[in-house]
Amino acid sequence: MLATRVIPCLLLKNGGLVKTVRFRNPTYIGDPINAVKIFNDKEVDELMILDIIATRQGKGPDFDLLSRIGREAFMPMGYGGGIRTLEEAKRILSLNFEKIIINAQALENLGFVHQLAKVCGSQSVVVAIDVKKDSLGRPRVYGHTDGQTRKIELTTYAIQVANNGAGEILLNSVDRDGTFNGYDLNLIRMVSQVVNIPVVALGGAGQLKDFAQAVQSGASAVAAGSFFVFHGKHRAVLITYPQKDELGQVLRVYEGLNQ
Amino acid sequence: MIVVVDYGMGNVGSILNMIRKTGGSAIISGNLKDVEMAEKLVLPGVGAFDNGVKNLQDIGLWDILNHKVCKNKTPILGICLGMQLFTDGSEEGNLAGFGWVKAKTIRFRFKEDARQIKIPHMGWNQVFLKKSSPIFQEMHKEPRFYFVHSYHLICEEEQDVVSVTRYGHEFVSAIQKENIYATQFHPEKSHKYGLQLIRNFVEVC
Repeated sequence: MLATRVIPCLLLKNGGLVKTVRFRNPTYIGDPINAVKIFNDKEVDELMILDIIATRQGKGPDFDLLSRIGREAFMPMGYGGGIRTLEEAKRILSLNFEKIIINAQALENLGFVHQLAKVCGSQSVVVAIDVKKDSLGRPRVYGHTDGQTRKIELTTYAIQVANNGAGEILLNSVDRDGTFNGYDLNLIRMVSQVVNIPVVALGGAGQLKDFAQAVQSGASAVAAGSFFVFHGKHRAVLITYPQKDELGQVLRVYEGLNQ
Repeated sequence: MIVVVDYGMGNVGSILNMIRKTGGSAIISGNLKDVEMAEKLVLPGVGAFDNGVKNLQDIGLWDILNHKVCKNKTPILGICLGMQLFTDGSEEGNLAGFGWVKAKTIRFRFKEDARQIKIPHMGWNQVFLKKSSPIFQEMHKEPRFYFVHSYHLICEEEQDVVSVTRYGHEFVSAIQKENIYATQFHPEKSHKYGLQLIRNFVEVC
């Protein structure tokens, strides 16, 4: 039986690991190489690494750091942040990453997603969609580089992303980011109902049952940041990953849905 | 020396890293001399079937691989597309494969009531052994491996099937025929399970 993937999502800023709350106040967590080693030892299903300021700084991915990270990992990994060209994407894939994650560049030009899918294969192309609610509570596509929401309807955008060959959507709720309040289940339902490609839920996971609820709402895989790097109510930095049987118990009920 | 064959079909670095982690010595090469001299071969690959065949033919490796595998009986491990290239051919393309095993490669097809099953089959899944094979020697309990694929093998000869996996229906996830070994999953991305499999290929096969 195919297991639901449970994916730690790590944020990079200037070569260090950070964690945000609602996309703000990045708190330094530690050294990325060390963290990846620990996650590898814990045999996580998959790892996602996002550089949150690479696009804004305009200098592209930190290939040197990524190549060191790639050497530590015998697990599937995805990287996003600052990827603007096919050459950059290919170079990431050559550093032992299976997936490239595109966000800002997809908002600007979905043709880029199409091109990547054609050359690298859909299974290697993930499009991250950040979603923020507007003052009326409607979910809007959010551009993290300018802090502005986009006019395009979320579901329309998700369909366009899928039609352009993305293999997966990483659906991130800005409002839930770092809150431990659980995933935005309506958001997951909304997007997973309109696309056939896997939707990976991100933003808000605080306990194991949140994973199960996300899957029940249509997510094919679940990702989280704070859940895997903070411990206790004072948010001490501690890298954890649930045991296989713990995850099995909460997720098994729903895994039939993926068969 | 193990040669991980580089023929422009996806990343091979993690396979090399994993072989080295087991203490084996290996290089990545698409060079004819290196392949000719190899004690063992790994044929990885991600991408389209016909591109794989064409690339191997264009760089002149097709005949050498045939000779190494069929005449010299050099152990070879095919991974993902590499495994599929061992068959007669694939629904994905028009070109003939190596035909080292009596098998063809077909796309996942699901019954009416299972249309919601997503293709590619991507993620961690279990394997169920059908026969013993050196590559599964001393394997950890409940082995699970990472898969990413839309096509799979149909074997004509049951004795070639080492393991099966369930996704919508049962499909062949590992094969062995004499010196020819292959997995549909990616051992190089499968933590300790993959490491054990690679270690077996390096030390036992």
